[in-house]
Amino acid sequence: MTDQPPAARPLDPPRLVTGGPLLRASGLRKCYGSIVAVAAVDLEIYPGETVGIVGESGSGKSTVLRLLNLEEPADAGDYRLAVPEGAGGNLFTLDRYHRRMLRVQRIGIVYQQPHLGLRMNATSGGNVAERLIMAGERRFAALRAAARGSLAVSEFPAERVDDPPAQLSGGMQQRVQLAKAIALRPALLLLDEPTTGLDVSIQALVLDTLLRLRREQPIATLIVSHDLGVIRTLADRVLVMRAGRVVEHGLTDQVLEDPQHPYTQQLVHARL
Amino acid sequence: MDLLVVEALAKRFTIHALAREVVAFDAVSFTLRAGQLLLVRGPNGVGKSSLLRCLYRTYLPDAGRALYASTRGPIDLVRAADPDIALLRREEIGHVTQFLRPRPRVSALDLVAEPLIVAGVAPAEARRVAGERLDELGVKRAIWSAFPTTFSGGEQQKVNLARALIAPRRLVLLDEPTAALDPRARDALRERVAALKAEGVALIGVFHHVEDIAGLVDDEIVLQTPT
Amino acid sequence: MSLADLAHPRYDYSYGFLDEHARRELRRRILKAIAIPGYQVPYASRELPIARGWGTGGLQATLSVAGPHDTIKVIDQGADDSVNAANLRRFIARMTGVATTTDTTLATIIQSRHRVPEERLRERQLLVLQVPDPEPLRHVQPDSSKAREMHAEADYAQMWLSLYEQLVRFGRFVQGASYPVVVHGRYLMSPSPIPRWDTPTLHQAAHLTILAAGREKRLYAVPPYTEVRPIEFDDVFFQVERMAGRVCAVSGARHKFMDELPVAGGGSLFRISDTGYLEKLVRAARGEPVTIGPTYYDAVGRFYQPGVLHEPDAVPPEGGTGHD
Repeated sequence: MTDQPPAARPLDPPRLVTGGPLLRASGLRKCYGSIVAVAAVDLEIYPGETVGIVGESGSGKSTVLRLLNLEEPADAGDYRLAVPEGAGGNLFTLDRYHRRMLRVQRIGIVYQQPHLGLRMNATSGGNVAERLIMAGERRFAALRAAARGSLAVSEFPAERVDDPPAQLSGGMQQRVQLAKAIALRPALLLLDEPTTGLDVSIQALVLDTLLRLRREQPIATLIVSHDLGVIRTLADRVLVMRAGRVVEHGLTDQVLEDPQHPYTQQLVHARL
Repeated sequence: MDLLVVEALAKRFTIHALAREVVAFDAVSFTLRAGQLLLVRGPNGVGKSSLLRCLYRTYLPDAGRALYASTRGPIDLVRAADPDIALLRREEIGHVTQFLRPRPRVSALDLVAEPLIVAGVAPAEARRVAGERLDELGVKRAIWSAFPTTFSGGEQQKVNLARALIAPRRLVLLDEPTAALDPRARDALRERVAALKAEGVALIGVFHHVEDIAGLVDDEIVLQTPT
Repeated sequence: MSLADLAHPRYDYSYGFLDEHARRELRRRILKAIAIPGYQVPYASRELPIARGWGTGGLQATLSVAGPHDTIKVIDQGADDSVNAANLRRFIARMTGVATTTDTTLATIIQSRHRVPEERLRERQLLVLQVPDPEPLRHVQPDSSKAREMHAEADYAQMWLSLYEQLVRFGRFVQGASYPVVVHGRYLMSPSPIPRWDTPTLHQAAHLTILAAGREKRLYAVPPYTEVRPIEFDDVFFQVERMAGRVCAVSGARHKFMDELPVAGGGSLFRISDTGYLEKLVRAARGEPVTIGPTYYDAVGRFYQPGVLHEPDAVPPEGGTGHD
């Protein structure tokens, strides 16, 4: 039953939203040996939008996130960001150097596991400052001020700026990750299960931060989560993934209240 | 000018697990102009709320058209792309439901002010307006900075209303907004609806107690039980 | 006529100990290193009658470039007379027939461990530095292949992060010897474990510096007149060790790199670390005719190139004070 395609109800292409998507990915494919992690995923995020991807473990949602973070090459697909560094081309074809510079300047990420995103034994402030160092900042006072500012925005206690993440709670570690991710005002913010196992205040913080960033500049946000509550709170639109494919996508409340695909109905009702 | 022209709008739910189809409503047509209040009537379970949700696109309509004259051009709400609907929700169309899903750890005042801030109003000004609205509805100043997650149903509903009606909108969908309100709040809502109409805002409402908006209704449609 | 008369005369070793192939390979590697300043060139480090880790990298570099007309000076932490320095010097002299000296100004090749002489090196002089660990990224990236990728992409942000961390935690840069430098605006390089005092001498130097690690099988070079900048912040600067207030107990000189010698009954006194230079100071004081070359730091501690070192009293904006 799950191989059944979504109910055929084609919508018009966007007409009111002008300027095109900030992120456009099409035909994403990634295999690990004989395992097809991502089969064929298309995704567009418009400026100011927050898009969620839900799906069970192994659905390929985290792989999509890693591909979009340019952490590993896709086997096939086209990925574009409307930023100067993207030069209008497929980002999967960038060389290592330009890929790294694009990631530093334009993509922020918060991982589920803080040790993937943080140097656990450097200071929290240093973790944030490193982003600016990578972008060329060489003034200590400026690094210090930026690290403090970014951490303050993440509601991180000022007196702990010089503590290493290894000495912090999980929630505090996520704040450091968030501060690092937004330190350079990214065009694309990727959140990988950012609130799993944490208190709800992180959800509120993430949402507040997104709202504030959105006021300052166009930003595209992608949240990967298996938690429908998180997606409902944070995402404007959602993609439901299963076995490497998008089985359904739509406005978040529509997908949750009026799911079309059998799998989505199962997922939503299982939760209720 | 017509703000919204709905033609033969229909919605049915397909429940795959039960291999069943349930019809919510069928062949609904009406026209709405700026500054008008349209009342949707009909017996319980006839699909009044579903109609509003289809226009807000919380539900995907199955057939028909809903031509809406957006400031950015005309668009069919039935077929519009999701990003377009998201944009309209941010800028033009509001939906007031019976239920509030208060975000944890956000104060009542901030929750109400948020749509204004998103719309570009300075935070201080947004909070001032939010305070006015909470005051109108009789939410005591003492609890403005408390978290609505801890409020009673009636107080939550007031916060919800204040939040839903604060941002400038051209079309507002009211889904039984008065259900849990005390008389003072109902009066306040009535005044708010009158003010919105005077500003040229079009409204579509489902009301349990029609007397709550007596004298403000311009037109009404009656939904029939689907056959 | 015997068979021996028909054969070439027999030598126990090739000239300079290394066989022709090894020599040629090393010289090619050295040329490559000079062509790409600061880049670590891998080479096939040969077995020598000295254990690896005892200066075999420097020794192979010296043996492969030395000729009979050279004059060599070998120092170990500034001293010509330490056992290691004496052994290396004797070995090089036996294998190449070079003259030896302790006078920096007379040497054409100076092989050194952990020091640069106080007297300024000139054009056509060669400084060979022995290197225990060529990888400046080692403590931020233990994986050598990843470190090579970082060099390839000039991905050095972690080095400044470590400076940041040092300022936050200690209020100053705590790295002592082997202070990392950026060569020719491109490659991060370990200058070998020379003290910070010696680091600026590599910047826009008249001489050629070859740095070679025998155990790690890497060599690299700083050609003459090349930019060599210690890593620092734009507002918190690299500082050399403070020698102000230290007076050489032997010569009475100041503002040279001093060894601290404990004395019986507690306390300590200071002595110039560069023994060849100190010896000339002593002889000059006795009235003997000696030629003392210009030094990197003058009698009041000023570095010979203006603008290279920042005054230590330049107060950083917050917390940090550079080096003590």
